[in-house]
Amino acid sequence: MTDIPTLHGAAKVDKESPFIRFLRATEIDARLLGMIAALILIWVGFHFYGHFVNGFGAFLTPRNLWNLSVQTSSIGVMATGMVLVIVTRHIDLSVGSILGFSAMSMAILQVWILPEFLGLGHPMIWIITVVFGLLIGAAIGAFHGYLIAYLSIPAFIVTLGGLLVWRGAAFLLARGETISPVDATFKHLGGGPFGAIGSTGSWIVGLLGCTAAVALIFSGRAQRRRFQFPLRPVWAEAFLASVSCGGIIAFVLLVNSYPWPKGIVKQYVAANNIETPVSEIFISHGFAIPVLIMIAVGIAMTFLATRTRFGRYVFAIGGNPEAAELAGINTRWVTVKIFALMGMLCGLSAVIASARLNSATNNLGTLDELYVIAAAVIGGTSFAGGIGTIYGAILGALVMQSLQTGMVLIGFDAAIQQIVVGTVLVVAVWIDSVYRRRAK
Amino acid sequence: MSSETSGTPLVEIKDLSIAFGGIKAVDQASVDLFPGEVVAILGHNGAGKSTLIKVLSGAYKRDGGQIFVNGEEADINNPRDAKQYGIETIYQTLAVADNVDAAANLYLGREILTSFGTLDDAAMEAEARKVMGRLNPNFQRFKEPVSKLSGGQRQSVAIARAILFNARILIMDEPTAALGPQETEQVSELIQQLKKEGIGIFLISHDIHDVFDLADRVAVMKNGQMVGYARTEDVSKDEVLGMIIMGKCPAGAVAGPGAMQEA
Ligand SMILES: Nc1ncnc2c1ncn2[C@@H]1O[C@H](COP(=O)(O)OP(=O)(O)O)[C@@H](O)[C@H]1O
Ligand SMILES: [Mg+2]
Repeated sequence: MTDIPTLHGAAKVDKESPFIRFLRATEIDARLLGMIAALILIWVGFHFYGHFVNGFGAFLTPRNLWNLSVQTSSIGVMATGMVLVIVTRHIDLSVGSILGFSAMSMAILQVWILPEFLGLGHPMIWIITVVFGLLIGAAIGAFHGYLIAYLSIPAFIVTLGGLLVWRGAAFLLARGETISPVDATFKHLGGGPFGAIGSTGSWIVGLLGCTAAVALIFSGRAQRRRFQFPLRPVWAEAFLASVSCGGIIAFVLLVNSYPWPKGIVKQYVAANNIETPVSEIFISHGFAIPVLIMIAVGIAMTFLATRTRFGRYVFAIGGNPEAAELAGINTRWVTVKIFALMGMLCGLSAVIASARLNSATNNLGTLDELYVIAAAVIGGTSFAGGIGTIYGAILGALVMQSLQTGMVLIGFDAAIQQIVVGTVLVVAVWIDSVYRRRAK
Repeated sequence: MSSETSGTPLVEIKDLSIAFGGIKAVDQASVDLFPGEVVAILGHNGAGKSTLIKVLSGAYKRDGGQIFVNGEEADINNPRDAKQYGIETIYQTLAVADNVDAAANLYLGREILTSFGTLDDAAMEAEARKVMGRLNPNFQRFKEPVSKLSGGQRQSVAIARAILFNARILIMDEPTAALGPQETEQVSELIQQLKKEGIGIFLISHDIHDVFDLADRVAVMKNGQMVGYARTEDVSKDEVLGMIIMGKCPAGAVAGPGAMQEA
């Protein structure tokens, strides 16, 4: 049995195309390339659809792409947690409702309760609120994890129940009221002109990113040499370095080319006694804070998944739950931690989502579970367990949010949006299973 | 090949029972093991051998009976507890996580960490190379997922994991089932070597030819019960076969509760 695939593989090597050779040398996952291709297709498709049908292509504009990055953050943050959940062969259908409940709790705390004690606009309010939101999310997630791991109730059922329970509880908290506006500093965590780091800050972040990318490539090479692992050809390393740095710089240029709206500039000019006429002032948004939060979460979660004991257990459990248990891993406790982490990330997304809206509504996060699961799956997380990457999930979130934003821009109504999202989810899982069968 | 079978046994299993939905997979089975000794547990497929040792290794919880380690009653409720007592197991089903690499599998559950608390892959790999060198000197594929390895290589990973942590009691459930003749020979040599180091080994097999020459004693199971025990010097292979097939205890053996009753 084992000989046949080897022979087959050997035959393939002989007649492989330059493209396959390129993928092999750079070790770029064909799947990653597929995702980027899909993304470009979606972006260009929506832009030209708008251009020709509505007479205005609104997708490929700094304004839209900047907003897209902000809108992706909330889903992207949760998708990184969903990777760990799905890797261990579970599912979490309750993420949107946990988000809603956490957002509502935080709004009550920062609008109704804390100002009474600290005074309106006290600088501690946003900090206390964020910590509280993360804890609420983590507590709910840990409770779900407990039911799943220790009472052996399937995750599908626990979180399906959670989907209803926490949505209902969010309604009860404020009897369905919308709570607004949130704390003035808290609001910046959702983006907007004052919730972005500006041009200089963005260049600093971008240059740090480039440095880190190059450093990673170098240290990866040193590591391989130490393990006597085959090295990538130098041209491939150079290619990867320039593509990563090019991408980062392009992103910086993009966010810096989106100016503050005139009205905000006027206020700013008035407040700071600036002489220059408003029409001549160009103040860049730069990276939005929620985008930076998502990037930080992505880095932290990648570290957690690949460099820590916890991450190793997550993947080992996903690969073979029985083997993991027999190896002495406390698989139940790991499961509780995974769901608690998922819940905490929902709390963080609740911060981003409610800050962006400047309010908490009862239906915040509705249907997010679909986007989050789709993001993880599009990003290469397999329902068979044991396989998935954090960066893939974030890219997947970008794909899903691009679809959503694009449909809104060209004026598809909610019904069609739902049909498309649902279909994409099913097709993504189908493609994944076909892809994995081929890969075997 | 004499070994010490007096004094305190390393492990003593007493009247151990476990049932799965009415089926008595193991029924009042007792067996013991001394340091530096190889005890073969023999019996047909389905006799209850794997289930018996899975209780000892913490994978299953027993319904009744006692386990003593070094003369003291041991409380084994999960695989972690068993490892605390120095009991390491190579499972028949080769419990490896296919999607992670060999070094990660060797250290699964007992990772080496750096001073920052992160995984120390370099240290784990260096140790893995040492222990794999003992077992399978040609093995080089430390960084590939275990699913890419051959059956024999996976088996060496499972064995290496068991001997990596200075086990005092080693359980090998059909360890050579997936191996070719050369690899089987390596495992035999390893067993001799571990024996010299004073490790006690339970060697489980359904095939007497695999183990008769390695074992100091045999314990034969049938239908979940112990048919009998014998020193390999005191019985012939054919007599042990009689125990396995018919439950008939020869003169050189001590009969257990599962022995065929002489009418
Ligand atoms: N997890 C389980 N659930 C139900 N029955 C089991 C389980 N494990 C083993 N058995 C049953 O217990 C008996 C003994 O099996 P086993 O210990 O695997 O035998 P052996 O290893 O001697 O071949 C068999 O009848 C088997 O079907
Ligand atoms: Mg067995």
